[in-house]
Amino acid sequence: MAEPYISRGFRGRRRSEPAADRLPPGQYETRDFPVLSAGPTPHIRTANWDFTIRGVNDALVRWTWDEFADLPHESVTTDIHCVTKWSKFDTMWEGVSIDTLLDEATRRGVQPGPYVLATSDGGYSTNLPVADVTGGKAWIAVRFDKKPLAPEHGGPARLLVPHLYFWKSAKWVRELRLLEHDEPGFWETLGYHNYGDPWREQRYAGDL
Amino acid sequence: MTAQSTAAQPRARKIAWRLAAVTDVVAETRSAKTLILDVPDWPGHRAGQHVDVRLTAEDGYQAQRSYSIASAPEEPHIALSIERLEDGEVSPYLTDVLRPGDRLEIRGPIGGYFVWTVRLGGPLLLIAGGSGIAPLMAMLRHRAIVLADDHVGRHRVPVRLLYSVRTPDDVFYRDELARLAREDETVDIAMTFTRETPPGWTGFDRRVDRMMLMEVVWPPAERPLVFVCGPTPFVEAVAGTLVELGHDPATVKTERFGPTGSPN
Repeated sequence: MAEPYISRGFRGRRRSEPAADRLPPGQYETRDFPVLSAGPTPHIRTANWDFTIRGVNDALVRWTWDEFADLPHESVTTDIHCVTKWSKFDTMWEGVSIDTLLDEATRRGVQPGPYVLATSDGGYSTNLPVADVTGGKAWIAVRFDKKPLAPEHGGPARLLVPHLYFWKSAKWVRELRLLEHDEPGFWETLGYHNYGDPWREQRYAGDL
Repeated sequence: MTAQSTAAQPRARKIAWRLAAVTDVVAETRSAKTLILDVPDWPGHRAGQHVDVRLTAEDGYQAQRSYSIASAPEEPHIALSIERLEDGEVSPYLTDVLRPGDRLEIRGPIGGYFVWTVRLGGPLLLIAGGSGIAPLMAMLRHRAIVLADDHVGRHRVPVRLLYSVRTPDDVFYRDELARLAREDETVDIAMTFTRETPPGWTGFDRRVDRMMLMEVVWPPAERPLVFVCGPTPFVEAVAGTLVELGHDPATVKTERFGPTGSPN
């Protein structure tokens, strides 16, 4: 429809200017940290955890938890936006930049590609262009709010890609697989947008 | 941002905003109402899917929220059951201001994961906390309509609902659930009241726990299809316990809402 329908008597909750500027269309600010996941929360012990980057040539590089902990970590403070409409400002994370991981992986024989499929414990997956996880835009996060990442929020480690809707920040991530061709992940095959830019409100398949 | 691929979804069309007519507003509990909507050109939905609702103020300010569809795909109207959140921005408008004759913008159906159709079979195990009953009600209604005259089909897809509420005043769809359980021997409904029980109640009166699940649910060997919907701490506890009891995590579908909180 061309014009939105005015809801009789609806005023809504007015926001301060700074908040309005930081909120993508259709989002509202929450101070809480809601949990959205498909299925039961996996509980993974770090002793059994490892992280893999697999190249288009099928070569792979794998880090154990301890090896991963020795990589340089960065602190990130960022706003996050969930497709279910909540946004949360100034969330604090610590993790390893995907740039760092890809640098080491390619040095060790992993052949890069233009797309990546992140896969997780519990069967979850999500797809992204490599350009969206490089250049200081994405991390494997292991701490939230200065504490180890809780299982319901994706611990021990989750992907963090804050400039896209948060389903792209795969919880319980275990592998990044580099691909020549894009391959839709879990929500991307179940009606959600393939790319998921909150500023263009790309929530569902078919949104422009 | 230019690397976006559209090749994977060549035929996807934008899910349009539609202007629904509110035909009825039914009190469900002290704090919840069910909106009955007449939606022009509704494309149909599957039980468990949701819609986005959009409100626009006179100055153009907008707010959106998601609500599960509680009606069966086979019913002529869309039913949304809205729990009024005390500090909510949208829900108090929907429960307190909206009335028959008003219109409401909705967009859907959305979601292809938390979905059940009769063709998926059973046994069907539904576990609801509070207003989490809504999408599960769509499944119960869908099953009841499709299998109304199919005795064999009903026995092939038995259903159990475990429904946790705080007090007797918090039960959604009370009469309809009672009638379903009374009229169909393949529908089994267990209630638990966590704060206050009805007078003379002899059933469960505590939070869903391991013992209760062992008593109510089919064993993992029966491979029930499980749908759990409720507040986050409720779903975390129930789904986690089901996995501990041996249910394949892939058969346990969940829908969480509300703050993380701690169980209180």
